[in-house]
Amino acid sequence: MGVDAESAVAEAFQREWGRVVAALIGLTGNWDLAEECVQDAFVKAAQTWPRDGVPDRPGAWLTTVGRNHGLDRRRRESREAVWLSEAAALLLAGDDSEGVAEDEFADDRLRLIFTCCHPALSMDARVALTLRTLTGMTTAQIARAFLTSEPTMAKRLVRAKHKIREAKIPYRVPPASLLPGRLSGVLAVIYLLFNEGYAADLARRTLCVEAIQLARAVDELLPGEPEVLGLLALMCFHDARREARLDSAGELVRLEDQDRSRWDRAQIEQGSAALAMALRHGRPGPYQIQAAIASCHATATDAAQTGWVRIARFYERLTRLTASAVVELNRAVAVATADGPGVGLALVEAVVAFGELSGYHLLYATRGDLLTRLGRHTEAAESIRTALRLAESGAERRYLSRRLEETGENDS
Amino acid sequence: MKYMLIHYIDEAILNAEEDGAVHLDPAVDRELEAWDEEMEARGVLVGGGVLKAPRTSTTLRVRDGELLITDGPFAETKEQIAGYSVLECTDLDEAIEVASRHPTARFGTFELRPYLAQAQ
Repeated sequence: MGVDAESAVAEAFQREWGRVVAALIGLTGNWDLAEECVQDAFVKAAQTWPRDGVPDRPGAWLTTVGRNHGLDRRRRESREAVWLSEAAALLLAGDDSEGVAEDEFADDRLRLIFTCCHPALSMDARVALTLRTLTGMTTAQIARAFLTSEPTMAKRLVRAKHKIREAKIPYRVPPASLLPGRLSGVLAVIYLLFNEGYAADLARRTLCVEAIQLARAVDELLPGEPEVLGLLALMCFHDARREARLDSAGELVRLEDQDRSRWDRAQIEQGSAALAMALRHGRPGPYQIQAAIASCHATATDAAQTGWVRIARFYERLTRLTASAVVELNRAVAVATADGPGVGLALVEAVVAFGELSGYHLLYATRGDLLTRLGRHTEAAESIRTALRLAESGAERRYLSRRLEETGENDS
Repeated sequence: MKYMLIHYIDEAILNAEEDGAVHLDPAVDRELEAWDEEMEARGVLVGGGVLKAPRTSTTLRVRDGELLITDGPFAETKEQIAGYSVLECTDLDEAIEVASRHPTARFGTFELRPYLAQAQ
């Protein structure tokens, strides 16, 4: 019983934190109060569940307890006008725990997501606030995940909540006319979270897990949005490769050299299911196309069996949608593999001439790689040296040094 | 909620306009009037004003009892304050919607600042 109740509290924390915070912000309009009350509610759960048993609907129980704590706190502090309006809101919300319906929860959580990801907040603030309020990660944990100090992160969170309150950023799901733009803003926050976790060592993988869970939550709350499913699929495909991306020494392993038996099959299947559901809507978008590309890689038995012609076509569509030079560079890589290095090189040279990516090491690394394959070793070495000058991470510099050696021109 | 919508426009444009060297496109002028009328009718535009060119401005402060006066605007930047509107909106989203439909949004920059609750 004791162990059961303990794991029930831990599970409720995972599942319910964001829901209960969202419901209490919805009731009081006060973000700090809501967070404090939810913390109180979990403390109470840890004390009483082992004794009285786990309630049938833990979320509703936690919301009621949190709401009552809110009333108590406000009574104690008794700051007249402020608490009167908040207390009125809490009282109006009713007294029975059954009063909080599941779909009200859903609405509040969606409101919370859109408010945390409001474009009037800085990107850093959006990310931190989303993690703190929706996933229940502590300020210290978020600070560690973003390699910054706890006071800095705490200040960032305080400032964000202050801006929401003082500038009156609405706590709501945006109306239909604003929804497409605002939804893509939410997806950008989630994907940034994921990439922060993905670029780092495995210790920060928790960010990838949270990002995938958030995408699932958005899909649940706002069903029928194909780009949400597209992002979910994309992250599943990437995350499935996490074990194979680094070798035992912590060095990056190229996709074509990865041990595919270490890819997470179950997660690839989840990605495929999400992508299939997304494509059924017939409204393709950048995340769905990127997921389709990732799916070609994830489902190929080896690099040679990968559908490079299809991948090149997907990149072409993506270039048209995003007009991004990085996407065009990726297309060049796919075309080079499908149609030969010469054809790919012509596309790369066009990107070089365009100039936008002149500080991007992968542009010169790619060009060097294609020149090597064409046997133009002197030019290849020159390009890889440029890439080496621009590369920032140690793992990438070591990788490029190995490529430079392969050209046989590393001393000249 | 009351917001001040501060209009920033390229200083060169503001000076040229005041010199009479360039004139506002009549189409934009009509759009400005239409915006004013619509937002007043909606009850969101409750005040505002247009300022003379930045070169007419004077900056001052008192430090250790000494009055320091300088010619020109506070910050020497390309974009300068051209005027302001006072908006009474439900929330920031409404204020953003109102501002985004003002013609200046297409060639200038807007800053939206909430008023302190007690201020008039």
